Amino acid sequence: MTATFRYLPDTEKDQKEMLSLLNVHSIDDLFEDIPVDIRLEGELNIPKADPEPILLKKMSQLAGKNKHANHYPIFLGAGTYDHYIPSVVNHMISRSEFYTAYTPYQPEISQGELQAIFEFQTMVCELTGMDVANSSMYDGFTSLAEAASLAVASTRRSKVLVSKGVHPESRSILNTVARGQGYSVEEVNLAAETTDLERLQEQMEKDTAAVIVQYPNFFGSIEDIKEIKKIAAEKGALLVVSANPLALALLQAPGKLGADIVIGDMQPLGIPMAFGGPHCGYFAVNKKFMRKVPGRIVGQTSDEQGKRGFVLTLQAREQHIRRDKASSNICSNQALNALASAVCMSALGKQGIRHMAQLNLEKANYMAKLLEEKGFSVVNKSAFFNEFIVELPISVKEANAALFDAGIIGGYDLGTDYGSYNHMLVAVTDQRTKEEIDQFAEVLEAVVNGRV
Amino acid sequence: MVESNELIFEVSQPGRVGSSLPVSDVDKVDIHEKFPEHLIRDTPAELPEVSELQLVRHYTALSNKNHGIDNGFYPLGSCTMKYNPKINEDVARFEGFSRIHPYQPGETVQGALQLLYELQEELAEITGMDAVTLQPSAGAQGEWTGLMMVRAYHEQKGETRTKVLVPDSAHGTNPATATVAGYKAVTIPSNKDGLVDLEELKKHVDSDTAALMLTNPNTLGLFEKEIVEIANVVHEAGGLLYYDGANANAILGKTTPGKMGFDIVHLNLHKTFTTPHGGGGPGAGPVGVKEKLIPYLPIPRIEKANGTYVLNSNYPLSIGRVKGYYGNFGILVRAYTYIRTMGPDGLRQVSESAVLHANYLRKKLEPYFEAPYSQICKHEFVLSGSRQKKLGVRTLDMAKRLLDFGYHPPTIYFPLNVEECMMIEPTETESKETMDAFADVMAQISKEVEENPDMVLSAPHTTVIGRLDEVQAARQPVLRYKKEESAEKELVKA
Repeated sequence: MTATFRYLPDTEKDQKEMLSLLNVHSIDDLFEDIPVDIRLEGELNIPKADPEPILLKKMSQLAGKNKHANHYPIFLGAGTYDHYIPSVVNHMISRSEFYTAYTPYQPEISQGELQAIFEFQTMVCELTGMDVANSSMYDGFTSLAEAASLAVASTRRSKVLVSKGVHPESRSILNTVARGQGYSVEEVNLAAETTDLERLQEQMEKDTAAVIVQYPNFFGSIEDIKEIKKIAAEKGALLVVSANPLALALLQAPGKLGADIVIGDMQPLGIPMAFGGPHCGYFAVNKKFMRKVPGRIVGQTSDEQGKRGFVLTLQAREQHIRRDKASSNICSNQALNALASAVCMSALGKQGIRHMAQLNLEKANYMAKLLEEKGFSVVNKSAFFNEFIVELPISVKEANAALFDAGIIGGYDLGTDYGSYNHMLVAVTDQRTKEEIDQFAEVLEAVVNGRV
Repeated sequence: MVESNELIFEVSQPGRVGSSLPVSDVDKVDIHEKFPEHLIRDTPAELPEVSELQLVRHYTALSNKNHGIDNGFYPLGSCTMKYNPKINEDVARFEGFSRIHPYQPGETVQGALQLLYELQEELAEITGMDAVTLQPSAGAQGEWTGLMMVRAYHEQKGETRTKVLVPDSAHGTNPATATVAGYKAVTIPSNKDGLVDLEELKKHVDSDTAALMLTNPNTLGLFEKEIVEIANVVHEAGGLLYYDGANANAILGKTTPGKMGFDIVHLNLHKTFTTPHGGGGPGAGPVGVKEKLIPYLPIPRIEKANGTYVLNSNYPLSIGRVKGYYGNFGILVRAYTYIRTMGPDGLRQVSESAVLHANYLRKKLEPYFEAPYSQICKHEFVLSGSRQKKLGVRTLDMAKRLLDFGYHPPTIYFPLNVEECMMIEPTETESKETMDAFADVMAQISKEVEENPDMVLSAPHTTVIGRLDEVQAARQPVLRYKKEESAEKELVKA
């Protein structure tokens, strides 16, 4: 073996010297403990290695087969959004001291990561109005399931109620998780496009551990968290709110409206869509659940000289200590994406985040008004943030095909999840210009008129 | 260089901004006319107010207080801290990969689906499995996905099994996962050679055994030579074998979990396949299965039909979704790029070098530290600090002393069945010179333990901060910055 692979430094001389210290003749001698009959004969059947310039070209061609948001204005949201990401974000997370580090188990050489996460936790607490936030979770969907499990464990009850206004994928993952843990999940129907509060009240039982709603909900509308809290509290159930962190720049913090657990995904703040991942779940709770939070938490402390420093703390909750008694099996978090999000929140700042949220609100409202002027009806009865449902006289599929021909990626088809194949969920973020919005509405109008 | 210890909130000054957003090009909306008053934010979130340069200085200063693989040797056993290639980072940032939406119509994302499909095929080949899901975000989620499939498999046969067997050397995640998936974890003791005790295993395996979870090589870095017999014992009782891929770096192109008799495998792409650990994530934990478990794989599955790549959710026996969308796509792009960089020949050389390096480094360190297992090891090995403990210096102290030399210490106090354990994994990407230098430092530390133990006991000496009070952190948790508190502190000081 010679050093023909650039990640492998061993020369023939190195190899010879190492083998000679080990007093063996060949590397094969080091694999003698693998029984002969389970050794692999011949080579793995995978493509041959490519040198860097050729591989770069091939990967660029593969990426080129995808239509991306920089060339195609995109009006898809439904949980993942195309927002402005300040250039500084990518530069900071590209510092390899951050991205090539492991989990900060050696705090003396991980203060950078630990402090950045401590700051991230603070920002999440600020946005959600909660006391404690962890260092992040896989994504918003799995955070929601973890929140339900926490509620079940801490109330010792066995049922959770989840609104149909919660993202369909969240509900789907919640069902998978609940099956493993042995609690039941019941869905609460909608009245128009928000949670039916009368139905919710009827479904509340002594055994209800939590009520789970989304804020804004899957259709962009603002649920009345205050009313929902009242209903949950009457039966002693916890309120779990899945919140879009950007919307929280304008919306009342769920913590102030009585939420017990607030979870969601930081993707709107600094994280690329990347075909759905990696994104970054967040998880925030009231102080009384502090010692039950899943995942890693960073805390402030000091060294022998009294100098401020940061460490992973409350580790008694975690799997590597508790093993089969742990409250969750999660080891990793999305540290690098939490960092991206913290850099983005710092760049936007106290004013910028409101400005960005306001742009979303205004652009979505402009689009809704424009579509109504053109004779389409907007389904949302409640106020919405940056997305809403428009009812079309044709199928969403047909409309999206026409939009795509005009170089636009249209909205989300609510057919598969809700059975209404002429209901399109349209997201309009800060990235969309007036020109793009106008074009969207015109194309839609033309395709409908052309058909009549 | 000025050392900055300020929090970004302490740098913040009202009125500064670090970004530039356009003014609105559409009609103004007054939020008070839109939303009910009680749902409108009454107090702004106190995010930092800093200029772009202040922001850059802040995070650059933080990065300077962090140690990554690019800074120096990182022999953290079981974590496979190998080099994270730069081309992977560039490719993952191509707009055609980073700026696509998961719900775009299939025909607009054929490149992404093709990549995922081919990665599934390649990982199946590498593990000797028949099909792979890329959904799980990390090893722990992969384990859970695997056990949920175990459960569905037994239930489909009308059986309710309640036990998952785990060796005592296993990572804590294995028993935790068993619990989260609704099973009772049962621990199997190792024999004196550090391997699964076949006779003990036989005592525990019965018709109530859902699965055995195993890493091979195990966490001591030793290959379970009796793996075929172990598999037979479990299979004969109707149980399944789960392969924890944390240690797959030792077997690429040499053998496969499929050949060993495993039914389910997860891989940690952030270990074996060079995707960066990111300071704790994001990673990816794809899961492969043998044919009999294919019906239970999570949905949606990525398939190829008439030359087109499609998502298919039409699998009634599936355990359902385990993760939003299709997994950590950006990480999967990096792993795919790595596999294409290495090819079959390169991947085999990866494991050969990883194993050569571990055996070499162990040989270099054996004169100074107790080596509880003497047989050849695979990609990592364990040493015990028991000799040094007798002199009053613990493994933790030696780990802290290593920081002074610019090394990240090995994994310590794990596995649990070795006293004062140090678990060392040099990986294939380190040069012989790096390992030689590390061995010299370890020898020096063992000498210090004998001649000048205080030097080790009071380490680290050169880091930006000394040993931190973890008890205080846990007893009086301060988990976020609060403006008022720091103002009060200032008053107290004054």
